[in-house]
Amino acid sequence: MEVLLQQLVNGLSLGSIYALVALGYTMVYGIIKLINFAHCDIYMIGAYLGYFCMTSLGLSFFPSLLIAMAGSMVLGVLIEKIAYKPLRNAARISLLITAIGMSLFLEYGTMFFVSPKVRTYPALSGFMTKSFHLGNVLITMQQIVILATTVVLMLALQYIVRYTRSGKAMRAVALDKDAAQLMGIDVDRTISITFAIGSALAGAAGVLVGVYYNTINPLMGATPGLKAFVAAVFGGIGLIPGAMLGGYFIGIVEVLVAGYGNSMYRDAVVFAILILILILKPAGLLGKNVGEKV
Amino acid sequence: MLELRDLNVHYDMIHAIKGISLEVKQGEIVTLIGANGAGKTTTLRTIAGLKKPSSGSVLLKGQDITAATPRQRVQMGAAMVPEGRHVFTGMTVQENLEMGAFLRRDKRAIADDMEMVCDYFPILRSRRKQLAGTLSGGEQQMLAMARALMSRPEILLLDEPSMGLSPLLVSEIFSIIRTINEAGTTILLVEQNAGMALQVASRAYVMETGSIVLSGSGEALMESDEIRKAYLGG
Repeated sequence: MEVLLQQLVNGLSLGSIYALVALGYTMVYGIIKLINFAHCDIYMIGAYLGYFCMTSLGLSFFPSLLIAMAGSMVLGVLIEKIAYKPLRNAARISLLITAIGMSLFLEYGTMFFVSPKVRTYPALSGFMTKSFHLGNVLITMQQIVILATTVVLMLALQYIVRYTRSGKAMRAVALDKDAAQLMGIDVDRTISITFAIGSALAGAAGVLVGVYYNTINPLMGATPGLKAFVAAVFGGIGLIPGAMLGGYFIGIVEVLVAGYGNSMYRDAVVFAILILILILKPAGLLGKNVGEKV
Repeated sequence: MLELRDLNVHYDMIHAIKGISLEVKQGEIVTLIGANGAGKTTTLRTIAGLKKPSSGSVLLKGQDITAATPRQRVQMGAAMVPEGRHVFTGMTVQENLEMGAFLRRDKRAIADDMEMVCDYFPILRSRRKQLAGTLSGGEQQMLAMARALMSRPEILLLDEPSMGLSPLLVSEIFSIIRTINEAGTTILLVEQNAGMALQVASRAYVMETGSIVLSGSGEALMESDEIRKAYLGG
């Protein structure tokens, strides 16, 4: 029982990171029907931004997190403007190939500037090093910070999407682009905002993963990016609550497989889940094929 | 209110609108009728700014808006109800109406207008919390019209409001169109149901394969043999 609880605590931390990345995939897919393969590299660059804030600038965790989010946000918006916007009316496959190209560009461009070597996140100090024992279950302050940061960001996202003008515009554009334009919504601007929010969340995930697993490298985005994508599809691509649910589900499954089974199989299990969900419920767990009355 | 001057629109190689000119004066109901594929919807989409013309100009209240964005056109007082309704299916009726007032900031007046459009379409009041995707076709048409009215348009562009509706609903929709017009909104109505459209319209244009082939008062066109044969079934 205690082992299970311990695994669940670990799973929540990992799941938070997947969920944050999955949100960006799902939001961008919802609005322009693009699987943004470069998204996982924004997460990687967020990790590097956090790393340099902590090492070169000597900042503490929270300022570094905010700067990494802001930097990732700018990067995400620039990528959309430079690479995707000119293809707004092109075939979707062109957009998809561009996204793959952008992903490789970011990975190897970063490698050019920071070298391919693995870097170690600076050791945290002060209250971030604390940990607690609940019975035999160990909860570290890092895990609490990861979970709390994620929950705060998700609540903020829910608020933005539900109640703000930009959020309503995002939902409207995702549902019907032409009708949204007829309401006077600026579609280009709304797409930029979507990339900005999704990228900021990925940047936050990058810093959190650096703090949690300590090491970062320019190709670190690839596997977690794919898993976050699986999480988004699992929950129902295009659905924000689906990405949250999927992220935690994948995180917990992965930790349980590693804890009780064989950690060699954990990636295989995640992708087996993808195959199963695509066969059994292609619209995702929360996805519905909403029939339209005519 | 609205004027099109020698408008040409292409879809890649297809010349969809071939140099049409038309005018809608303040307070009028003008209808654009014609068969499927004549270019009526393209004309409306060009007026709303969803499609860029290859040449010619669109004037709204005397100003050239050919290069204006859809947003600017809504701000200037043009609102469109697209063919096939295009309500936001995943939002509630209430939220759809709020989206109609997206560019407005006057909360109080928005609330008043929400009451006003619910007076036009009482069924919407009882469905406020319901998702728009669960409404019937007729209700969705009403919602689409109500949503467009929420921007307080000076001219309302209606694309096939009768499509797919029962005869009873069609006459209800047309009587509401008349009411909206009497309240001061100019209307450009695209219809395949030429009989109904000509009854409410002060003037009409007939389109065939991208050109305007005939125009005149609604009554005159109803009397015309050509129209009776082609569109009114005898």
